[in-house]
Amino acid sequence: MTRRDAAPGESPETAFPVAALTQMAKEVIEGAFPPLWIRGEVAGFKSHGNGHWYFTLKDATASVSCVVWSRDTLRIPAPPDEGMQVMAQGQLSVYPARGQMQFMVRALEAEGEGLWRKAFEATRARLEKDGLLDPARKRPIPRFPRRVAVVTSADGAALHDILSVIARRNPSVDVIVVPAAVQGETAPASLIAALDRVARWGAADVVIVGRGGGSREDLWAFNDEGVARAIAACPVPTISAVGHEVDVTIADLVADLRAATPSAAAEAAVPVLEELVEWLASLRQAMRTGVQRRVVQARRDLKRWAGDLSLRAARSVERRRSRVQELAGRIDALSPLNTLARGYAVARDAQGHALGSAAAFQVGQAFALVLRDGQVDASVTAVRPGAPPSAGGAVR
Amino acid sequence: MSFEKDLARLEQIAAALDRADLSLDESLALFEEGIKRLRDASDALAKAEGRVTTLVEQANGALEERDAGN
Repeated sequence: MTRRDAAPGESPETAFPVAALTQMAKEVIEGAFPPLWIRGEVAGFKSHGNGHWYFTLKDATASVSCVVWSRDTLRIPAPPDEGMQVMAQGQLSVYPARGQMQFMVRALEAEGEGLWRKAFEATRARLEKDGLLDPARKRPIPRFPRRVAVVTSADGAALHDILSVIARRNPSVDVIVVPAAVQGETAPASLIAALDRVARWGAADVVIVGRGGGSREDLWAFNDEGVARAIAACPVPTISAVGHEVDVTIADLVADLRAATPSAAAEAAVPVLEELVEWLASLRQAMRTGVQRRVVQARRDLKRWAGDLSLRAARSVERRRSRVQELAGRIDALSPLNTLARGYAVARDAQGHALGSAAAFQVGQAFALVLRDGQVDASVTAVRPGAPPSAGGAVR
Repeated sequence: MSFEKDLARLEQIAAALDRADLSLDESLALFEEGIKRLRDASDALAKAEGRVTTLVEQANGALEERDAGN
């Protein structure tokens, strides 16, 4: 055997560089093992600064190093806990820098719903800490929306259900579709952008955000913390409608109202037109009745006041009349003519002035005596001042 | 949102008219207002068919409604 005939690696002269060996091992192993699921217990989990996850999967007698590249971690709801029993799907390979066998994990599931549950509870705890799950935050859904925004997939069954329920219940309501991806890696960002559009647009009375039923993984965007915060921040009251009744999502916890299905959300948002029309009619009737009662009462009041007024007026006239009569009586009693009627006389000088005092007379002066039935001309023969024979200065 | 406001106001008016403590002038003014709002609300409901549109964001960030299906 000559050196020229030696195969690579068969002699010191044809020795492989290490890199070539590990590269060959990598190719052989990757070729020999298709992507597959393995199960084991998590040990030594580390999240590296570059976003990759490293851990070991082991059982009683063996272990294998595992890596999850950062882009693949996005599809895994939460990092596994130490000691957690998990199933990992991926590709067995070789890490050339260490010449070490390594399992590259693409998907990771815990026994039961461990990871989903863990991620759900972690998100829920963060939102709760920020007060976003406080029942007091929940706003009432407007009872009579005219414009309903729907954030969902433009071609999903959810949109179809919502549109047909609204058209059946109240065809006069406007529906504004705000399309968004509702599953897959782009869904959270897409839902957040759609909710932001609804917020900026501002003309909707209520917004339904949701999708039809699906697997836990399909619905996962509705457990996304960013989506939950966008729902909480939406200035328009929100109704969540995710999947079937059994699935409660983070979005359901944050929304102002949780509907079990998209159809139920549409029913919750839009009252039946006929009921609305009937209700308007009953309001009209209530207003009529109210105002009519008030008018009848006003008429009755008016009548009562009118009766009262004429009574008062009659009494007032009567009071004045009796006062006039009383005054007339008193004036009559004081009249000098009355005095004359009782037999007194008044002395008057030639000018007709009453002569009421002895001092007003001079001897020889002519004067007249006015009596009840005539006048007597007289003249003064003597004046004698002194006490009168009686009050009044009249002559008997 | 004015439809919702109309209806909320209508409920207020109906409740106020049901109380006896209003003056006649107040009652009549409320009734008149109520009838007007009732007509507006009924007109809104009588609209034959609501539109289904898609909210579209343009490159400059402006939002506009487009008829769905286009």
